[in-house]
Amino acid sequence: MFNRDRWREIFETISKNKLRTFLSGFTVALGIFIFIILFGLGNGLKNTFQEFFLDDASNAIFLYPGRTSMPYKGFKANRRIEFNNSDLADIEENFPFFLEHLTPRISRGALTSFKNESNTYTTRAVAPSHQFVEKTIIMEGRYINHLDIVNKTKNAIIGRLVAKDLFKNENPIGAYINIGNSAFKVVGVFQDDGGDNEERYIYIPYTTRQLIEKSNDEIDQIILTFRKELGHTGALAFENSLKKYFKDKKVIAPQDPNGIYFQNLTDDLKQSQRFAGVLQIIVSFVGLGTLIAGIIGISNIMVFVVKERTKELGIRKALGATPRSVIQMVLQESVFITTISGYLGLFLGILVLESIGLKLEEYFIKNPFIDIGTAFSATVVLILFGAIAGYIPAKRASSIKPIIALRDE
Amino acid sequence: MINIRSLHKSYKMGNSSLHVLKGINLDIEEGELVAIMGSSGSGKSTLLNILGMLDVADEGDYILDEVPIKNLNETKAARYRNKFLGFVFQSFNLINYKSALENVSLPLYYQGVSRKERQAAAFDYLDRVGLKDWATHLPSELSGGQKQRVAIARAMASQPKVLLADEPTGALDSQTSYEVMELIQKINEEGNTILVVTHEHDIAQMCKRIVQLKDGVIIEDKKIKQVLASSYVQ
Repeated sequence: MFNRDRWREIFETISKNKLRTFLSGFTVALGIFIFIILFGLGNGLKNTFQEFFLDDASNAIFLYPGRTSMPYKGFKANRRIEFNNSDLADIEENFPFFLEHLTPRISRGALTSFKNESNTYTTRAVAPSHQFVEKTIIMEGRYINHLDIVNKTKNAIIGRLVAKDLFKNENPIGAYINIGNSAFKVVGVFQDDGGDNEERYIYIPYTTRQLIEKSNDEIDQIILTFRKELGHTGALAFENSLKKYFKDKKVIAPQDPNGIYFQNLTDDLKQSQRFAGVLQIIVSFVGLGTLIAGIIGISNIMVFVVKERTKELGIRKALGATPRSVIQMVLQESVFITTISGYLGLFLGILVLESIGLKLEEYFIKNPFIDIGTAFSATVVLILFGAIAGYIPAKRASSIKPIIALRDE
Repeated sequence: MINIRSLHKSYKMGNSSLHVLKGINLDIEEGELVAIMGSSGSGKSTLLNILGMLDVADEGDYILDEVPIKNLNETKAARYRNKFLGFVFQSFNLINYKSALENVSLPLYYQGVSRKERQAAAFDYLDRVGLKDWATHLPSELSGGQKQRVAIARAMASQPKVLLADEPTGALDSQTSYEVMELIQKINEEGNTILVVTHEHDIAQMCKRIVQLKDGVIIEDKKIKQVLASSYVQ
């Protein structure tokens, strides 16, 4: 293997048979390159997917009021169900073991203006816990706090894009904006990984909203998160007892599917994860397919190369080359070429992936990558199969009688 | 140098078998220049291939320089070929991507001779066949006669005991043929044993002994008065 003379012989052969060298080298380099690009793009797709679907807290349960569809205990069907502040207190009191965060949400659209700029945004009147449910990230200032709720303050936290629309380059913190007919003081600016729409909301204290709306205590929806330790089964059990509790409290028939709606994100999460799993399988399948195509490619080239050399190998044997030295020469040459070009393809592929970064984000591919272990293993596999594919015809060529090999024109 | 006793060889052709050599007995002394003649199908090339260990006999004895040649596997045959024999083929069989010098030094590479030594030796042999100015040329840049002279230099480079030439002039015009034969005669005069397979009478007349083969048996084996090829070369 480390015979200097043999290496010299191999380099000579390689440099004087450029087409052959190029063909086998190119096949391996291309195979690895495509493998890395496809695998990396697949990973990029997965990145985007995770960002899209796994943005909100995965342990959240949403409660929406609806209209009953069955008469029950003297009530007619089609009765409107409403939530109010007492429901929040009841949940807190009855399910302390399960509960992590709890917040109401009252959504209203309102024309919002600052100086000459105005636009219609959705305000969400919420409790401080909402920050954790929505995974809101504060960029400047603060979120709604307990005092805001107690004092029913007219403070607002605006989304990054709201700030951009209304304030341009001005600092929004401390400024007053008009929401509907009320003036609110901006105390914070937030961003959200969930996308542009999530950054066009305005958050205000829910008690303030209730004060504005004739001092009522109505709530649009309730969002809560459960302790993660509960797991999927625990969450379902929690959801069931919550359902039972609320149907009881709001006097809804137990079989009625419409009085109250529950949306449990663990189900969504499970689906999303299953989808992500399928995506992973597709990515792996594409990678494997490319690799197999590469293996077949290099095998073909190797068979062709050895076939083309049959006569030369015959001459070498007539001059005293042993079968072993013939096999060794063919293999050493092919492994050398495939190794060099394999790693060339590897680094080229990684370089291209790195340079893509965020450029393909609008095609749902973000930060494509391949872990270096996978890339190296794929390269080694291709080199190995190249060697095996070269060994079989080399072995056969070495055992052909030289007189037959010499006859080969 | 070479002793052959009742050598048989047949080839399988589908269901039937073709008996090519039907009991050959032949003794060749050191320093002889022997022409093996015969029409095509007479078995002369088969005989040469067996002598050259490129092919194996079915039965019979073959002793080369007091070494019995039998039960050869490919590795052993390769070593013996490298040590004992030099080949010259009708179609030259030079490696086309190697220069004349590299072609000549190839047998020495398989003998394990160091690079410097084998290049010096190869250059020396190229000089002896009159091609030292063509050392760096590829076979495609040489004429037929020049190619065959490179092939002869390559065959001689490993200093073999026997030089086997299979129709060495078959692909050459007569003028070039005589030049090649002159070279072969010169090598023979230096004491080397040479076997030439040919079907051309004038080439055979330039050897010292003619063995006539017909249908797998020797029908005539006679020593002749050698015609010097130099008398034809202008």
